[in-house]
Amino acid sequence: MTVITDIPDAPRAARRPQVGNPVLRWLRTNLFSSIPNGILTVALLAVLAKGVISFAQWGIANAVWLTPANDSSACRAVRGVGACWAIIPEKYRFILFGTYPFDEQWRPALSVLLFIALFYLSTRRALWRRELAYLWIGALALISVLMWGGVLGLSFVSQDRWGGLPVTLILATFGLAFGFPLGILVALGRRSKLPAIRSLSVLYVELIRGVPLVSLLFMASVMFPLFMPAGFNIDKLLRAQIAIILFAGAYLAEVIRGGLQAVPRGQYEAADALGLSYWRKHRLIVLPQAIRHVIPPLVNTFIAFFKDTSLVLIIGIFDLLTTAKTAIIDPAWQQFSVEVYIFVAAIYFVFCFAMSRYSRSLEATSGR
Amino acid sequence: MTSDSPRPPPRRRFFGAWGRRELQGLFWQVLVVGIAVAVIAFLWSNTVTNLSARRITTGFAFLGREAGMPIADSWLSYNPKDTYLWAFVVGVANTLRVAVIGIVLATILGTLIGISRLSANWLLSRLAAVYVETLRDIPLLLQLLFWYVLMQALPAARAAWRPIEGVFLSNRGLILPAIPIGSPQLWVLGVAVLGLAAFYMIRRWLIAQQMRDGKPRPAWPFAVGLIVALPALVSVLLGMSWKIEWPELRGFNFVGGLTLAPEYFALLIALVTYTSAFIAEIVRSGIQSVPRGQWDAANALGLRRSFMLRQIILPQALRVIVPPMTSQYLNLTKNSSLAVAIGYQDVVSIANTTLNQTGQAIEAIALIMAVFLTISLGISFFMNWYNARIALVER
Repeated sequence: MTVITDIPDAPRAARRPQVGNPVLRWLRTNLFSSIPNGILTVALLAVLAKGVISFAQWGIANAVWLTPANDSSACRAVRGVGACWAIIPEKYRFILFGTYPFDEQWRPALSVLLFIALFYLSTRRALWRRELAYLWIGALALISVLMWGGVLGLSFVSQDRWGGLPVTLILATFGLAFGFPLGILVALGRRSKLPAIRSLSVLYVELIRGVPLVSLLFMASVMFPLFMPAGFNIDKLLRAQIAIILFAGAYLAEVIRGGLQAVPRGQYEAADALGLSYWRKHRLIVLPQAIRHVIPPLVNTFIAFFKDTSLVLIIGIFDLLTTAKTAIIDPAWQQFSVEVYIFVAAIYFVFCFAMSRYSRSLEATSGR
Repeated sequence: MTSDSPRPPPRRRFFGAWGRRELQGLFWQVLVVGIAVAVIAFLWSNTVTNLSARRITTGFAFLGREAGMPIADSWLSYNPKDTYLWAFVVGVANTLRVAVIGIVLATILGTLIGISRLSANWLLSRLAAVYVETLRDIPLLLQLLFWYVLMQALPAARAAWRPIEGVFLSNRGLILPAIPIGSPQLWVLGVAVLGLAAFYMIRRWLIAQQMRDGKPRPAWPFAVGLIVALPALVSVLLGMSWKIEWPELRGFNFVGGLTLAPEYFALLIALVTYTSAFIAEIVRSGIQSVPRGQWDAANALGLRRSFMLRQIILPQALRVIVPPMTSQYLNLTKNSSLAVAIGYQDVVSIANTTLNQTGQAIEAIALIMAVFLTISLGISFFMNWYNARIALVER
């Protein structure tokens, strides 16, 4: 690492005479500005070329793309030298939708599309109005109908047969949809003047944030039945969902609290002067400003949270990662887990990358 | 209405000096606390009933019983005949072993990558950006499973890779040459730590002197004397050998050296690479937060580049870097609990086994919480102390 930063050199670079071929000029300023820099560039290129070539050999040149159904012999023949992408067409239905009845899998597929449409609409600034909340309620209700069925001629599918991408999206989305209001309440509680409410909120946030999500999930799967009256039983997925909501609530509360602190005191005083009640003051004056302040960190929390739903693997809930891990238990395909993990990683990446791009564009356009 | 119309009599206050606002506040507090107490009491009574129905006695008495669970990989001596309490201690040691080493390595790697992202070399900064984006947007658990699968796909011990002489990488894990640590070595290390502390005090005194008269006083002779020469002298006096123990292949396994089991190694790689992506972003934004005028001013003074970075840029960048770094360290520690997914026995994994064996769910979860809250408080305390030390001293 020869050059720490381009900050001090930037004006000097701009003063260089602008002559010659623009491509060569670009190369000169960005890759070969000095001798050590040139050496670094060449070394990096060599390493990069080696990596790209060996990956291409494994992933493209020597790879097996298609095999007859349930026959992995072609893949086993190239094991170690070539990738077995054939496992993806073989297993993708199971990875994406788990054990959902095969003929009904258009329902989870449609749910996934609805989720994506819902996320997309939520990013439109023009739609940030009260109607968005109704849209969410409507879409989530529609998704529930699609997934469960039992009405409108759809056959009933109990939630222990759900799996794959819809479960990941359900855990994340419902976690947010319920965790967000919870987070707002707790953030307000933490800034409240009432000592009992404040200390309860602090206790909740610090307890949840102090322990790993894994232990909360264990608690949901092992201790929850102990907490309930005998004979009362809640489905495992719902228990994990509750743990995720409580977890999200604590983290979102801290982000929202940051936004509340950024609202100038004068806004509170003005609302008081208008004689607004506590709830109207926060709903109409304070919260809209506070949440606008923290939209980028909120999106970052959403990303973290979307990734964290994969931890339900540890308590055996069939989310996208668990179905992937289960798909490669099949002895014929056991050795090709790397390919499956790359496929699933790509799905997670697309969602998270889209969110992080969005967060960055918000930071660039909003605020100041 | 005219001014002489009779005014309504002042409302009588039932609660003396208490106004409407206070009463409302009291009402809400009583309501919320009442609900919280009612919910907890409900859950508690259910739990007590359920536990007695299952004949499980609450309390920590089970900690004294024989654990009977195997722990494969530990630096503390353990056998299944030991108590649950000792198994927990071993679990905590395993958690700390991965967290502490992970924090150090992630800080180093993250700083290098954060600096690379700001490099004037376009290729280097793009590569660093791709590294950060890729690792940040894939769940850690998926990365962990991926590394673990790769680890298991490594050749067997006989055909182990040897990237450097004496280092073996196989499906038994990473085997490194090591120096066996006995009590004389610990003495020398102890002396070195004392020397470091003494050097720290002396340096503070030297800086105070420089503040008084402006004359710079070199600190490095003290560093060499206290941290290198003194321990070396003790080592010679104790007459001990710092012989490196080279691992060698015997039969189907390795003898000697330091073995990092595949589970531990996969967990360490996953935690370090994942966290380093976040640390890189923190370091980058920290360095970028130093105003350009500071660089220009330092250049104008004709300071050497290393001096400029050390004395002008870094102290200002650190103020921005340290607080978010604390939360990354906490995250790494908490994320180490994902170990349970690949069978590395950290404290969460051992608590989980205990829970399955004894049914002492509440106690096991309480122990996990206690351990993580203690570690979190420890890290926060240290980082707050460090933050206070580097914080801007306003006039």
